[in-house]
Amino acid sequence: MEFKDNEAIYLQIAAFVCDNILTGKWTAGQKILSVRDLAVELEVNPNTVMRSYEFLQAQEIVYNKRGLGLFVADDGFEKVKAYRKQSFVEQNLPDFFKNIYLLDISIDDIRRQYEDFQAKQAAKLNNEEHEDKH
Amino acid sequence: MIQIKDLDFAYKKGKPIFDKLNLSLNPGHIYGLLGKNGSGKSTLLKSIAGLVFPLSGKCLINGIDVAKRTVATLEDLFFIAEDIYVPTLTSGQFLKSTAGFYPKFSITDFYAYLKTLDVDPEQQMSSMSYGQQKKAMIAFGLATNASVLIMDEPTNGLDIPSKVQFRKLIASVLNEERYIIISTHQVRDLESLIDTILILDDHKIAVENTVDELMEKLLFGLFEDTRGMKVLYEEETMRGKHAILQNTTGKYSKMDLELLFNAVTTGSNLLTEMLEKGGNRE
Repeated sequence: MEFKDNEAIYLQIAAFVCDNILTGKWTAGQKILSVRDLAVELEVNPNTVMRSYEFLQAQEIVYNKRGLGLFVADDGFEKVKAYRKQSFVEQNLPDFFKNIYLLDISIDDIRRQYEDFQAKQAAKLNNEEHEDKH
Repeated sequence: MIQIKDLDFAYKKGKPIFDKLNLSLNPGHIYGLLGKNGSGKSTLLKSIAGLVFPLSGKCLINGIDVAKRTVATLEDLFFIAEDIYVPTLTSGQFLKSTAGFYPKFSITDFYAYLKTLDVDPEQQMSSMSYGQQKKAMIAFGLATNASVLIMDEPTNGLDIPSKVQFRKLIASVLNEERYIIISTHQVRDLESLIDTILILDDHKIAVENTVDELMEKLLFGLFEDTRGMKVLYEEETMRGKHAILQNTTGKYSKMDLELLFNAVTTGSNLLTEMLEKGGNRE
């Protein structure tokens, strides 16, 4: 994993865990990697991963089963999604608006392209489900 | 706890290496020891390992003076020197002759680490390349499961895949009882592993801070102009000024260990004073 320069590593690791929940790799009630295993995987100090996990626990995205490890909360997916949505609206959207304003791109144009994108995503999902059945 | 109290050391009269050096280390951490050539990094590591004896002052591990070289201390400590000595034995034979000194030694771990680091257990250690010898000793050192693990420039001579495996191994062996103390010039090799930075300068420990503390107090960056900023140290380059600023906003920046090192070793008083303020830990 390549770490970015502008965010604390423990937060980037927390975001990595959130990505895995958002993409459905780790689902509600599933056990997540132990501190040690994730530290080895990412080649970082286990104390850093510990801090990420404490952060995720405080956000109630994962919970601790004593002696068993950490598990994705039942509403972990919704929590991550809400969290991401908020940060997108606060951080990315203003940049996006600034760009389409400066480049004079109309919202209608964006809408058309987005509908296109949606259709492609749906087709992709359909295909994958099809393949899973075989 | 490892405590170094008022350590004075010199190889030659009138040429002190350490002058009343103080340092305390807690288990559960990976310490990165940095210092210029000849600043005494290896000597400090050897002092902790009981391989050299101070003129005055003490180094204590769990209250026991290391210089007494008690069995209790030595069987729970492993030192991997920069210039390693290996006998004319295979790793397997070395295990049979030496593992017995370490009660927590794990034979299974040893062979697993050798495999991970791509070292043939059947090969004569003395006929191995420097890098292979080093890896064999790292595998042995980690397999002792000693609480105190001291490594002098462990990534020297390691190839690229071995460095990756080394980082993974270090991440996997840290636990709440273990001290891992690593000296290095190759700061980039170990940046994401080290949680506490020790900088040896001017016969003393000049910096003894966790990375988290450093990031709270300092802001690193490249600026066109630093006028009006709370600059602690800066270096002029073609692209602008690489600077360390006082962190007043709680913003995160990536630590530039090389810049921090230069700041400390060129005697940036502003910086060291700032780090000392409230720098007392546990």
